[in-house]
Amino acid sequence: MRDRLFAWTIAAVLAGAGLALVALPAVAQETGYTAPRTADGTPDLNGIWQALNNAHWNVEPHSADFSPVRELGALGAVPGGLGVVEGGAIPYTPEALAQRDENFANRLERDPAIKCYLPGTPRATYMPYPFQIIQSRSHIMIIHEFAGAVRTIYMEDHMESPADTWMGWSNGRWEGETLVVETSGFYGDTWLDRAGNHHSTALRVVERFTARSPETLDYHVTLEDPNVYTRPWSMRMPLYRRVEPNAELMEFRCVEFVEDLIYGHLRKQVDP
Amino acid sequence: MHHRTRWLPSVAAVVVAAGVSLMPVAVEAQASSGAGPAAEPYEVPRTADGHPDLQGFWTNQTYTPLERPEGVDKAFYTVEEVAAIESGRAEREFAQTTPGTIPDVHYDFTQFGLDRSQSPFARNLRTSLIVDPPNGRLPPVNAEGRRRAAEVAAAREGVGRWDSAEANQLDDRCIIMRGAGPPMMNAGYNANYQIVQNRDYVMILVEMIHDARIIPLDGRPAPPERARQWMGMSRGRWEGDTLVVETTNINGKNPFNGSSDRMRVTERFTRVADDTILYRFTVDDPLTWDRPWTAEMPMKETIGPLFEHACHEGNYGLYNTLVGARLEEQRAAEAAARESGR
Repeated sequence: MRDRLFAWTIAAVLAGAGLALVALPAVAQETGYTAPRTADGTPDLNGIWQALNNAHWNVEPHSADFSPVRELGALGAVPGGLGVVEGGAIPYTPEALAQRDENFANRLERDPAIKCYLPGTPRATYMPYPFQIIQSRSHIMIIHEFAGAVRTIYMEDHMESPADTWMGWSNGRWEGETLVVETSGFYGDTWLDRAGNHHSTALRVVERFTARSPETLDYHVTLEDPNVYTRPWSMRMPLYRRVEPNAELMEFRCVEFVEDLIYGHLRKQVDP
Repeated sequence: MHHRTRWLPSVAAVVVAAGVSLMPVAVEAQASSGAGPAAEPYEVPRTADGHPDLQGFWTNQTYTPLERPEGVDKAFYTVEEVAAIESGRAEREFAQTTPGTIPDVHYDFTQFGLDRSQSPFARNLRTSLIVDPPNGRLPPVNAEGRRRAAEVAAAREGVGRWDSAEANQLDDRCIIMRGAGPPMMNAGYNANYQIVQNRDYVMILVEMIHDARIIPLDGRPAPPERARQWMGMSRGRWEGDTLVVETTNINGKNPFNGSSDRMRVTERFTRVADDTILYRFTVDDPLTWDRPWTAEMPMKETIGPLFEHACHEGNYGLYNTLVGARLEEQRAAEAAARESGR
């Protein structure tokens, strides 16, 4: 308990320092870029976007590694990555860190995305599948190709989630050039990547989407979850516009691809 | 027919109280378009981009059948006739989960307002959703359509619904609802939609199994023939105040009334009142019917928000029924063994 208190004191100090760092998210000031406006007058973030990094495999810095599925060889092997976590490591409590390591060791059985479950927020953002932003004044839709996951960002009528959800309940607002989205109301069952990084039902996510050029967004996300992390922590990455003139979200309705995996052992046995 | 515990109750529950008072209003004039007296022309609201504004929460919940019932030989009921049909159906919905009966093992369908009588729906005086052919019936299935249907039936021969997950129906597997569309047929319940527009796209979120239809309006070319999807690929355009959506490239794995993967669906969405969109669609599938056919139904404003419909994630129903089927087989085998051992 005292350790926890100490950890939180440290966390508070670090968070203070973090805030000072985060307070520069005046990305617009950094880049000097101002997004075009929609007819409503808000920054126009409409488009099909995709992350181009290796956070999908592991948000922390990691070396290239073997495929967990032998048959997939080089194509299933994990590419190395410098990580997207500010400060390098997720500030887990010791128990949560042990849980992450256990998740990693059992990732083939446990990764919920393998079963085509809704991937959760923010994981869906940096999976290697595009997503589309469709922006109106009152609702901003984020639609992911993976599993057809849908997020509705309520720009009006903010409320707490009436029930726990996989993708979270999102309330949004504009802060100058930046779309700020606060999301909570999570089931604890989603992961943050394929390496077993995780959270609990207490997760609160604050995302900041800011146009940094016509074809790129700055994506900054802070995760707070006192059950699992000793302090709030953040990730940051650019998101890239899919500029092909025929870019279109395709259906990736993956349930049928996992039925044999999930239910195959319950198949009726036919006598030979 | 759909009593499943895993599905989150929809927002429809919220409107239980409102439903009754919402039912008997307006729409009759529009729903019987052409048949009613000419009303004041409706000024369609515009988005900031200047397009007709279809945004909001809508339902096409209805008691009106796709095809005109046998023995009915007119296109429209009177208001009194329709009211009697509605209240009769509502009574049956309430009666379906008598305590102690098999349906009662599942949740009470009416308890969460999932049944049609407790949701807002647009009263439709039509005796069928099909408006063309004028007899309100599907055209006869042609030889190719019958050949395909026989092929499908033969493939099902000897396959039990609970033999495997794959043998079950698509909605129980949480892959797609039978009427997810296009065309968007009213589901048994939760036939709720949210429309969000920007300048270049219209997005229609279908509540059931969180299907987001993203319809580009930018005049892009037709998709390549070999890219096929459950809901096909859609191209939209504005024709006056009407959104016209053409869909092709359906994968044929969720056939709509026996249609083929060559089906082309043309949908027309016209806002005819603040609380009503007239939804009209034409199905053209020469591999199934020798002529196109058209249906029409109102979409009525309903109350948001739509909640996340995480169907697959909570699909205990499929898992448990498969477990149950295997246990029953095991018991039967044990009983047979005892019998032969006697």
